[in-house]
Amino acid sequence: MPAPWQGTLKKIDDYRWEIPKSYKAGMLVPGLIFASESMLSHIWQEQVFQQVANVAFLPGIVDHSLAMPDIHWGYGFPIGGVAATRVKDGVISPGGVGFDINCGVRLLRTNLTEEEVRPKIEQITAELYVNVPSGVGSKGKLRVNEKELGEVMVKGSLWAAERGYGEAEDVRVTEESGCIKGANPNKVSSKAKQRGIPQLGTLGSGNHFLEVEVVDEIYDRDAAKVMGIEDVGQVLVLIHTGSRGFGHQVCTDYVALLGQAVKRYGINLPDRQLACAPVNSPEGQDYLQAMSCAANYAWTNRQCITHWVRESLVKVLGKSRRELGLEQIYDVCHNIAKIEDYTIDGKKQTLCVHRKGATRAFPAGHPDIPDIYRGIGQPVLIPGDMGRCSYIAVGTETAMKESFGSTCHGAGRTQSRTAAKRSRRGADVVKALAAKGITVKVGNIGSLAEEASEAYKDVTEVVDITHKAGLSRKVARAIPMGVIKG
Amino acid sequence: MSILVNDIIYLVEKEFEIIDHTADVGVIAYGASVNQAFVNAARALFSLITELDNVEEVVYRDIELVAPDQESLLVEWLNELIYLFDTENIIFKRFDITQLNSTQLKARGYGEKVDSSKHKLKTGVKAATYHMLKVEKTNGCQVQVLFDI
Repeated sequence: MPAPWQGTLKKIDDYRWEIPKSYKAGMLVPGLIFASESMLSHIWQEQVFQQVANVAFLPGIVDHSLAMPDIHWGYGFPIGGVAATRVKDGVISPGGVGFDINCGVRLLRTNLTEEEVRPKIEQITAELYVNVPSGVGSKGKLRVNEKELGEVMVKGSLWAAERGYGEAEDVRVTEESGCIKGANPNKVSSKAKQRGIPQLGTLGSGNHFLEVEVVDEIYDRDAAKVMGIEDVGQVLVLIHTGSRGFGHQVCTDYVALLGQAVKRYGINLPDRQLACAPVNSPEGQDYLQAMSCAANYAWTNRQCITHWVRESLVKVLGKSRRELGLEQIYDVCHNIAKIEDYTIDGKKQTLCVHRKGATRAFPAGHPDIPDIYRGIGQPVLIPGDMGRCSYIAVGTETAMKESFGSTCHGAGRTQSRTAAKRSRRGADVVKALAAKGITVKVGNIGSLAEEASEAYKDVTEVVDITHKAGLSRKVARAIPMGVIKG
Repeated sequence: MSILVNDIIYLVEKEFEIIDHTADVGVIAYGASVNQAFVNAARALFSLITELDNVEEVVYRDIELVAPDQESLLVEWLNELIYLFDTENIIFKRFDITQLNSTQLKARGYGEKVDSSKHKLKTGVKAATYHMLKVEKTNGCQVQVLFDI
């Protein structure tokens, strides 16, 4: 029996599948899905091809509407979608970034080994849980006023570092040095500011987490060494969160505003959530400036959490920060729109690259990555679900040529939250994780069932595809020991 | 649907159902009128956040909105409630919509501020989206909306 997608998808090679322009009238470019054949049946069932095709309607879109192997059904854009539009005559879409603007991942290294940490993992997770506010509606320990929030929006990570929540070196090894320039607080509504003030310095809920993990495999020793990863058994800390209610409100405000701009500019869209405006229009520029404020807020958020992680480990392990070697490896955002230059058909073009659940993956030698990584490529941080593992990779030239310097961002859900909750209880998930040697601290145990391993694709399969397709190259893998969830 | 209480069968109007969606949660809310469907969509939103049975009506907030069309009004109505929950921590359980046409809505929502000793918060809702958005007026009213959670 032929597979259901046969006749629709054009196989380019084992990891590349094209959705031709003829799939849906109105597509300006074809779609391209990076996936294995075995993943396609699930992708097909979800009708996520429709969403890849819908993104191909965006005016000024270049080359392909792209989907990473962790693709799943979103709203408007698929999650795991990448779309690059020409700045001179293309559009920017808040839905192509998502509500959690600059949701991202930060990875810290330590000098600690599994043997030192495992006996104290209960204490460590308990301390982290107290020190890093998490959960639905959680409020931060920071008390910023509106003026300070304005500085956060403009300065990003540096604001936190200047106030003692980090160091200059943390800022250097953060994508964009933790600050997108051109952020303009006047383009952010007072509602967003009100949501943002109490939530700065919080992990939040949903799929956000904080994880103490241990390196269990190294694929590229030289690249790992540059990142400060010396050997199997070394302990790392992973932080996954974003811009909280601040970013959610910025997106809410601008989807509504740009929904009106669509009519003014006569743009034809198959889904209202794809609302957009020309990048160079007043509406497009306003969104870009507000989005940059939210991106900078998210970096500040992860920087403050980094500080509390350091404090917690110093306290529990009774060693100094230097002895612990708690340095930041890198920080990436995976929900963002960036203005970047690419060479297309021999011509340099300035593009607006939307990464909605996709990670930037710049190659060795790229001027926008920190000096220390210039020789190996930009670190790419790919968290899995809490029961399996996470990966560290580096960007490649292939990503520059084929995916606008982008790769996957995580495992990708396969099961809905309600289905996940129907099939297991939160307490069962805690037990299953404990059996694997993973300690979990969670605000609402009921919600844990939604985040069970079985609700996600296996991140290993996702990362192997991006590795084999050449979009990013595996460097190391880590498995969780202790997880904090909101 | 019907429920059995003390041997008496009560016919209860179904307020809403939850639609399965891989990453997020969709809601279909029903009502004899558009007003009622908007109220039930709001109740669906707060039911995702917590159990409404434990919520008392001790505070209220007035809401006035203008939007370009009724579907947008539904999204803005739900987003306004998410904003109030996020900034004032109010869980709303009852709503009086006093005005609702294709572009304007006036309402009062009643509920209680979150009290962690009695309200267990289940799910954080980021926003209501325009994806799969529907306001249908056949056999009463049926509205559909997808939340990002």
